[in-house]
Amino acid sequence: MNAPDIGLFSLFFASIFTSNILLANFLGMCSFIAISKDLKSSNGLGLAVTVVLTVTGAANWLILHYILIPYDLIYLRFIIFILVIAAMVQILEMVIDRVSQKLYITLGIFLPLITVNCAILGVSLFIEIREYNFVQTVIYSLGSGLGWWLAIVALAAIRNKTEKTKTVPAGLQGSGLTMITIGLMALAFIGFSGMLSVQ
Amino acid sequence: MSDTAPKTVGGILTDNLWHSNPIFMQVLGICSALAVTNLLTNTFIMSVGVIFTTMMSNFTVSIIKGLIPRKVRMMVQVLIIAFYVIIVDIVLRAYMPDIHEALGPYVGLIITNCIIMGRAEAFAQSNGPGLSLWDGITSASGYMGVLLVIAFFREILAFGSLFGFRIMPNWFEPWIIMAMPPSAFFFLGIIIWIGKTIMNHEEAAA
Repeated sequence: MNAPDIGLFSLFFASIFTSNILLANFLGMCSFIAISKDLKSSNGLGLAVTVVLTVTGAANWLILHYILIPYDLIYLRFIIFILVIAAMVQILEMVIDRVSQKLYITLGIFLPLITVNCAILGVSLFIEIREYNFVQTVIYSLGSGLGWWLAIVALAAIRNKTEKTKTVPAGLQGSGLTMITIGLMALAFIGFSGMLSVQ
Repeated sequence: MSDTAPKTVGGILTDNLWHSNPIFMQVLGICSALAVTNLLTNTFIMSVGVIFTTMMSNFTVSIIKGLIPRKVRMMVQVLIIAFYVIIVDIVLRAYMPDIHEALGPYVGLIITNCIIMGRAEAFAQSNGPGLSLWDGITSASGYMGVLLVIAFFREILAFGSLFGFRIMPNWFEPWIIMAMPPSAFFFLGIIIWIGKTIMNHEEAAA
């Protein structure tokens, strides 16, 4: 295994900003559009995604390198990854329920939704393709989660204002305007890519 | 989908291609959609993969819907979808390694494409195998249509070519921005805008 030669610090910042999982790789769009109507829910979902991403990223790396590769089962990775994600979400739900009732209520309905969030599976697949080592995997997963969180909270705050304006043409209201807003946000985030990138 | 949705073959066709087009009416499945739309060839291959997966998973879910306990049906559906995606992945890797490389993780991400899950849940659960198969083909074709339109404009502006063949004259300066992610969002926004405006006019006329 030859892990890419990239500093952990730059990997962390690149995964938050320049290679933002949502704005540069288009992952996790479905829940992003649906939930970003409301700032408070966005915040809760962002937190949940960050936690699940970090845990599943690490778990999938371990499974990939200690089970799938040694036993030559790599073609099963899609099924295994999605099962791990579903299982992790379930376990996390139970753990949070025991440990912090308050957090459990905040995250509430968002936890089950995360299973079908493309960002989670996407990050696991990116980790496999880019051949990160374990430490890089954890940093990259955490950074991607934080990047997703940042993007959804920012969009929710912007939508809060734009939904109230009456000057937008009828056909553009709602999802159309949201897409264009996301496009402008993506431009701003990608503007950093001269500094560092992880592609 | 609502209960009033047409259940005839033609009705499903027009409904899925236009009235409830998965992309611009329901804004579903755009996760994996936008990333591949900077080249027509990639978009085309990707869409064919999605059509195959949607069609077969809809068909399978519809056949075995009586056997799936309601509580675990989401998990079963995901597994069925993952099974077909693995087939697509293996076929692509064997016959089109270049495109497989270019699509990268997005082949695997067909699993979490909300359209497939949505159709299995909304249509295949309550309809026969034949109609479900047809519904899968048509709604994935609606998805393909929008993707191809976006890819057409992005490729011609970003590289001056279509399906890899250069068609723009030599003086044409490629727009680098079109190959980058933000342009996909802008194009999708504009397509949603056009689609909805036409829809609003139709409604006003009816």
